[in-house]
Amino acid sequence: MFVESIGRITRSFLKALFKVLGLFVTTVGSFVLGPFRKKPVSRKSFFAQAVFAGIDSLIIVFFVDFFIGMVLAMQSAYQLEQLGATLYVAALVGVSMTREIGPVLTSLVIAGRVGAAITAELATMKVTEQVEALQTLSLNPVRYLVAPRFLALLIMLPCLVILGNFVGIFGGYVIGVTNLGLPSGLYVDTTFEFLTQKDILTGLLKSAVFGMIIALIACHEGLSTEGGAEGVGRSTTRSVVTSFILIIIADAILTAIFYFAKT
Amino acid sequence: MSPQTVIQVKNLKKSFGGRTILNGISLDIYEGETLVIMGGSGCGKSTFLRHLIGSLRPDSGEVWMFGTNIAQASETEMDAIRRRFGMLFQSAALFDSLTVGENIALPLREHTKLDEDIIQIMIKMKLELVGLRGFENLMPAQLSGGMKKRVGLARAIAMDPAIVFYDEPTAGLDPIMTAVIDKLTMDLTRKLKITSVVVTHDMNSVFRIADRIVMLHQGNVLQIGTPDEIRHSSDPLVRQFILGEAEGPVSFFQKGDDYLDLLTAEPNAGKK
Repeated sequence: MFVESIGRITRSFLKALFKVLGLFVTTVGSFVLGPFRKKPVSRKSFFAQAVFAGIDSLIIVFFVDFFIGMVLAMQSAYQLEQLGATLYVAALVGVSMTREIGPVLTSLVIAGRVGAAITAELATMKVTEQVEALQTLSLNPVRYLVAPRFLALLIMLPCLVILGNFVGIFGGYVIGVTNLGLPSGLYVDTTFEFLTQKDILTGLLKSAVFGMIIALIACHEGLSTEGGAEGVGRSTTRSVVTSFILIIIADAILTAIFYFAKT
Repeated sequence: MSPQTVIQVKNLKKSFGGRTILNGISLDIYEGETLVIMGGSGCGKSTFLRHLIGSLRPDSGEVWMFGTNIAQASETEMDAIRRRFGMLFQSAALFDSLTVGENIALPLREHTKLDEDIIQIMIKMKLELVGLRGFENLMPAQLSGGMKKRVGLARAIAMDPAIVFYDEPTAGLDPIMTAVIDKLTMDLTRKLKITSVVVTHDMNSVFRIADRIVMLHQGNVLQIGTPDEIRHSSDPLVRQFILGEAEGPVSFFQKGDDYLDLLTAEPNAGKK
């Protein structure tokens, strides 16, 4: 009974995994093969999605990253004060923001805001026959719906992370200068002294992976929706929860790879 | 002059999870006719329509359209065939994020190299055909049910298809709008020589628009005939359906004894 249910869960998990991977392959295929078949991905809908996923998300991302930067500075100052090393607050905030907190937190915010919106939109289109209508008009739903959203998140999430990192570091700076009494120039110098190019690159690579995860899960859940308004709600919830879990898992794997690759 | 067959269905079978929905349907659809598919709920008529437009693949059997067996066509072949027919969905299935004009223009912009000026003229022409002049800049959410259906029809005929499929075109519409949609269906068939395949169970419109009627029952073709043949059918099932009676071969009421047993049965009797 117990073994049986484990087997069933594993099977349905693998089935879903293959479907998402299949969606990934067809999405990438529509970018690579699209121009040759004279069916490129629509630039107009890509820009519309990029504005929605990127520019419209700026405020909430800045808000979250700013306060997290402040919190990071206060929490690390609490420990470093005992060692008399409050200057290293700048280094700690800078490195942990770019390597870890910035990419992960921004991605979680975007999974909640953009991923949920994509799933809800595609799920509604599915249950109101609009996806089928696209097919009968010989328009491939992957090329027409999934591809622009995928590309928008793949490009915009790293952009958001870069900007969010600045805001987060600024949040730490505000605490460092006003509360800890560190000189402004010294704080900035210390931040950039400890920040290596690798820190920034690994953070951006992570966020690109997270962007793909959010887009693929959101589109897959949306397009596989069945069963009216209730189904739309169920898919949206599942999309956000699955994205969250996969982002954390991918973060652990990528961090481990970067950590062990160092030696 | 013998009529030309545009769609030929041979022994079409489909089941979902062990439940047979289509049990070997064979049917010829002729050029320029209006064929109405009717039958009770769950008789498989929507599933049958989904096979004709290629959104479902049968377990066995063939569907020949434009010289291709679409039951086995590749996606590329299917794309070419899909451009030659249109479909009006039950909920109209307009794209919410596009205006009425953009909805109609979408297939033209994607599949043709027409100039924007010409596309604008075509939008106006198609809207004129369905009696919605000047509606191109509204969003679907601003339209009534009947208007949405008419825009859906305008989109379905945007590419000047040879065949138009209708999935319950008059469901949920008032009698006047029903008559309007019926008239549009007839106009398209007569003026543009479009073959129409209509799934409906609205008896008034069936007898108004049909050249031939197919009656489905439990995944089989019960009867095919002209409206007169169906109206004077001796088959008790067909009679019950067209007269709209609750009692008959298809019974809503179960026998009294079963019901008494059901009510007085031990709740857990079956489980022990």
